[in-house]
Amino acid sequence: MNIAVCVKQVPDASEVKIDKATGTMVREGVPAVLNPFDAYAVEEAVRLKEKHGGKVSAVTMGPPQAGEVLKHVVAMGADDVMLISDRAFAGADTWATSYTLGLGLKKLGPLDLVICGKQAIDGDTAQVGPGVAENLGLPFVAYVRRIVDVSGGKMRVERLIEDGYEVVEVSLPAVITVVKEINAPRMPSLKGKMKAKSLEIKPLSAQDIGAEAEKIGLAGSPTKVMKVFSPPPKGNREKIDGAPEEQAARLAEKLKALKII
Amino acid sequence: MDYFLTDTQAEIRNLARQIAHEKVKPVRAELDEKEEFPWEIMKVLAQADLFGLYIPEEYGGFGGGAFENCLAVEELSRVCIGVSVSFAASGLGAYPILLFGNEEQKKKYLPQIASGQRLAAFGLTEAGAGSDAGGTRTTAVLDGNEYVINGTKQWITNGGEAEIYTVIAMTNPAKGSRGASAFIVEKGTPGFSFGKKEKKMGIRSSATRELVFENCRVPRENLLSKDGMGFLVAMKTLDKSRPGIGAQAVGLAQGAIDECVEYARERRQFEQPIISFQAIQHMLADMCTQTEAARALVYAVAKFIDSDPKDVSKASAMAKLFASDVAMKVTVDAVQIMGGYGYMREYPVEKMMRDAKILQIYEGTNQIQRNVIGAALIKEAAGKKK
Repeated sequence: MNIAVCVKQVPDASEVKIDKATGTMVREGVPAVLNPFDAYAVEEAVRLKEKHGGKVSAVTMGPPQAGEVLKHVVAMGADDVMLISDRAFAGADTWATSYTLGLGLKKLGPLDLVICGKQAIDGDTAQVGPGVAENLGLPFVAYVRRIVDVSGGKMRVERLIEDGYEVVEVSLPAVITVVKEINAPRMPSLKGKMKAKSLEIKPLSAQDIGAEAEKIGLAGSPTKVMKVFSPPPKGNREKIDGAPEEQAARLAEKLKALKII
Repeated sequence: MDYFLTDTQAEIRNLARQIAHEKVKPVRAELDEKEEFPWEIMKVLAQADLFGLYIPEEYGGFGGGAFENCLAVEELSRVCIGVSVSFAASGLGAYPILLFGNEEQKKKYLPQIASGQRLAAFGLTEAGAGSDAGGTRTTAVLDGNEYVINGTKQWITNGGEAEIYTVIAMTNPAKGSRGASAFIVEKGTPGFSFGKKEKKMGIRSSATRELVFENCRVPRENLLSKDGMGFLVAMKTLDKSRPGIGAQAVGLAQGAIDECVEYARERRQFEQPIISFQAIQHMLADMCTQTEAARALVYAVAKFIDSDPKDVSKASAMAKLFASDVAMKVTVDAVQIMGGYGYMREYPVEKMMRDAKILQIYEGTNQIQRNVIGAALIKEAAGKKK
């Protein structure tokens, strides 16, 4: 199988701080990592390759230093990488990003499957996966928690829904997004790490992928961010301290006083 | 301290450290409590390519040496030597094949061991033969094109879990230690079975079993090296592997220090953290100095071994002896610093102290290491021209 994985470099969630004045994320000095949901996508792609043969290519759009996540992905077992990097892409929303990644994926040649993490932990939109499918004109299944089988140009998957899961059959090629229930991402291998170390990543520009100027970056982004803010904390809160038994007793008293129980 | 590792060596250390931290540390107490073999972790180590560190690339390995292997063993040992011994014992089983196997034997077995697809183990000790390997009673008799093995090996690490065993048996008991030979025996060979899993003081997640041979027939081509070379195979194997025990000891001691320093900064008595007391600082200073000295010795010996010198017995024994004595002392002191908490199973240092003891016993007791060093001194002195 020829599989492509879309990945994104994001700030390490455990280190993120919010600037109180602007309400935006402080990115300076925060380590950048592979978007955790993308690790599940890479793992699933590498497992499919191990089972069915073929190749795994990873694609990312981002600044030159985003090449670091591609190295991480190679250490996990990806064969090829593509870094799409150009100042012209700056300010892209999910619409422009989907278009750009779509062009990159088309450059990879015929693919059987594109896998994305369900969402990135910085924007949390979950829109790029379906957006990529739209740009490639391929069928799409979101929130896949298990790939049941792949055969005869079709794939059967389980997709997570709020109160259970659905079994979906999809023709290939297709695009899917995966949830964390699907697998446990592997550690990088030593041989993979050594391969990643010597990997030279040549970024592709907007011109290299044949992007139309008005469809990329800020110009190609219909989303306008009006205001970013943290929701104000809710008032009227009280914390009950003490041993669990005491806490439970006092909570019960209060709930009774409020006539809730 | 900076040991000026190459980029590759630093990658090995970092990868092993990451696995130790993310995959081993969260489960070590449970593995110890349940005495459960760490198969899940073995699979992670296999996938990470760590089983083949010291095996040449032509046999599917990474092409490193004893030093690279020591770096990985040390990091794993920093969190659990029950896990690290299960990893390292596969190397102990592989060394006889690597050092003495012919091309066919190497091609057949080393890639499986390097990939971690199959674990290996080494069978030397018996009920009546430990320090005195000459007391070996297991026999192998040539019958046509097969050797027929009879006898029982005792306390074999990875016994039952491993699939490839290198076993020492007497082919000519009348010749004593010159009558021993080494064989490769695969799990599943008729007549080869396992005794019960032993209950141990420490390293409880590792598997220790008897290997039982009852008219077990192995093909003649499974003989390693030549008939009568068994003890040389065993001794050269132990020469290579002993710094690995040293690396276990260094990792274990460091792990105990890590726990202790953190605890001593938080634990308050007499209205101050106990690390502010000189009594605690001096203990920690000694623990740390001794561990660093052990690390320097183990690294130096591993690098010396990798330069392929003629005789490494003395250096190898020193690395094992010194580091394991340090690990025992450091873990005892770690429990002392942590006091009542240190004695409780809820905290990791009591396990570390229980685990440490085996390092002074297996792969040759520390008394035997001193014998090896003493014998080498006599040999060196006798060889000097006056």
